[in-house]
Amino acid sequence: MGQAIGVSDQAMQISDEVMIGMDGVHKWYGQFHVLKDINLTVHKGERIVICGPSGSGKSTLIRCINRLEEHQRGKIVVDKVELGNDIKNIELVRREVGMVFQHFNLFPHLTVLENLTLAPIWVRKMPRAQAEEAAMLYLKRVKIPEQAKKYPGQLSGGQQQRVAIARSLCMNPKVMLFDEPTSALDPEMIKEVLDVMIELAQSGMTMICVTHEMGFARTVANRVIFMDCGAIIEQNDPERFFNNPQSERTKLFLSQILHH
Amino acid sequence: MADIAQRHEPGHHPDMAPPASEIGVIGWLRRNLFSSPLNTLLTFVASYIIYLIVPPLIDWALISANWGPGTSKAACVKSGACWTMIRARFGLLMYGFYPADLRWRVDVTFVMQFVAMGALLIEKVPNKKYWAIFFFLIYPVIAFFLLYGGLGMLHVDTSQWGGLMLTLVLATTGIVTSLPLGILLALGRRSNLPVIRFLSIGFIEFVRGVPLISVLFMASVVFPLFLPEGMNFDKLVRAMVGIALFSAAYIAEVIRGGLQAIPKGQYEGAMSLGLNYWKMNLLIVLPQALKISIPGIVNSFIGLFMDTTLVLIVGQIELLGMAQSSARDPNWLGTINTALAFVSVVYFSFCFSMSRYSQYLERKLHRGHKR
Repeated sequence: MGQAIGVSDQAMQISDEVMIGMDGVHKWYGQFHVLKDINLTVHKGERIVICGPSGSGKSTLIRCINRLEEHQRGKIVVDKVELGNDIKNIELVRREVGMVFQHFNLFPHLTVLENLTLAPIWVRKMPRAQAEEAAMLYLKRVKIPEQAKKYPGQLSGGQQQRVAIARSLCMNPKVMLFDEPTSALDPEMIKEVLDVMIELAQSGMTMICVTHEMGFARTVANRVIFMDCGAIIEQNDPERFFNNPQSERTKLFLSQILHH
Repeated sequence: MADIAQRHEPGHHPDMAPPASEIGVIGWLRRNLFSSPLNTLLTFVASYIIYLIVPPLIDWALISANWGPGTSKAACVKSGACWTMIRARFGLLMYGFYPADLRWRVDVTFVMQFVAMGALLIEKVPNKKYWAIFFFLIYPVIAFFLLYGGLGMLHVDTSQWGGLMLTLVLATTGIVTSLPLGILLALGRRSNLPVIRFLSIGFIEFVRGVPLISVLFMASVVFPLFLPEGMNFDKLVRAMVGIALFSAAYIAEVIRGGLQAIPKGQYEGAMSLGLNYWKMNLLIVLPQALKISIPGIVNSFIGLFMDTTLVLIVGQIELLGMAQSSARDPNWLGTINTALAFVSVVYFSFCFSMSRYSQYLERKLHRGHKR
């Protein structure tokens, strides 16, 4: 990577090891063709931002990666495990793939600490004390260790989203998926969440992020993907993507979101 | 008024006490009883109705009532309730025809039950896990042998069980078995597997379309016809199963309502962490869904408690049946009002406690994660 910007600065290692492979993936909702021939290879350590107009299939694409949505044709391999109807494989993949949602999806009946330790204890069979220790470490990393005993409903949106990120990290995932993580936040809370995500990117986490935060894309991503009508229209490193978009559709989209 | 006229710098207005008419006893009366002319009128009408009903009731039940011992209606000379009859028939009302010298076994059973239930339901008691193991696994075995006999204890046939004891046996087994069954049926009705879904829907809709009386009739009369020769279940067990299955169908629908209120994001959050179907439901979905369903579930439990009176039609004489037959005894003719009053008080105290406990539980769970 020759770009002298943002995280790429840190001489981040992107290995040759393939983390996610999507090969000719198609998906339909009933008659509606949502994903059309998606081919995407993500290497270990890559940070990918997916953007595009609403309804373009970006969320659906990343939700296919942990099988919250099933695809009807093509092949998806995550960390050498192929996703199909085999429930064991699906659970194996979900254990290794963390996901952060637009609406946080924290468990309101559990405290922050219980939200974080639930999956390590019940899925990874980690002893409670060890899980709590790890959880506190991640809460410190997202800068809200003092909220551990509170319930999600008592936190602000930005704090909730940081808890959600910490909750995924507690499973020690190999890949993190972000589905519009800042879209439901008040403007003054977006930065605190983006800061956590930038820090995560610098630590070398493989990330795929659906977002409209183009500043984040410029600093963090090593590849930006533009989707429209269920297909990948264009993908490039952020420098070339923003300064020299190839397709007319991309140019139009960028002009609309960058100049208003 | 001087306070209100006073000017303050913007943002420096001090907190002031509310006007006297808004707080204290007078404030309460104004708000709740005399807030409008119509409300004032209703307050007076309601007071008059209370005046008409309550003093005579107190007079009948307490002041002019007969409290002394006696062996027939002749002992009740005063005009009020004949509690003498309840005293004379107390054993029958509580234990039915359970042999008098063995009734201590029933006492022991229910003391154990109430202690264990108290330990499970009262928050402060520690070691909930061990109490749960005792109540759900060990206690039923002990209760079975104590009530039914065996292990060297004299056998008491279920046809001799009766009165309040029978009511409580039916209600407890009904409540304890119908809740888990109802949860499974509710999950089954939302299952992705068509066979399980259609079986659950079929069961729920069939049971809800049939009166409990006919379920009990079928259980006691029709069901034995399908069993092979020589094989037979106790009549009481069949009634228990009938009540539990009946109640489970209703509880399933109550819980399904709770399940539908859980946002899709909760399922996705749980799945994305790698929780499987059962863990997702047990740890994430059901705790939230059951909390929402508490009023409906307790409503079903109270209904079940009342429905135990219907076992009368398959020949089991529980509390209400026993009270009626006591009042029909030639010695006690004319005491039916007293009998019904007594039964009502007993039913009310059990059902009202259930209702109060459910309200306490709602408040407690609400406190847990208020917004």
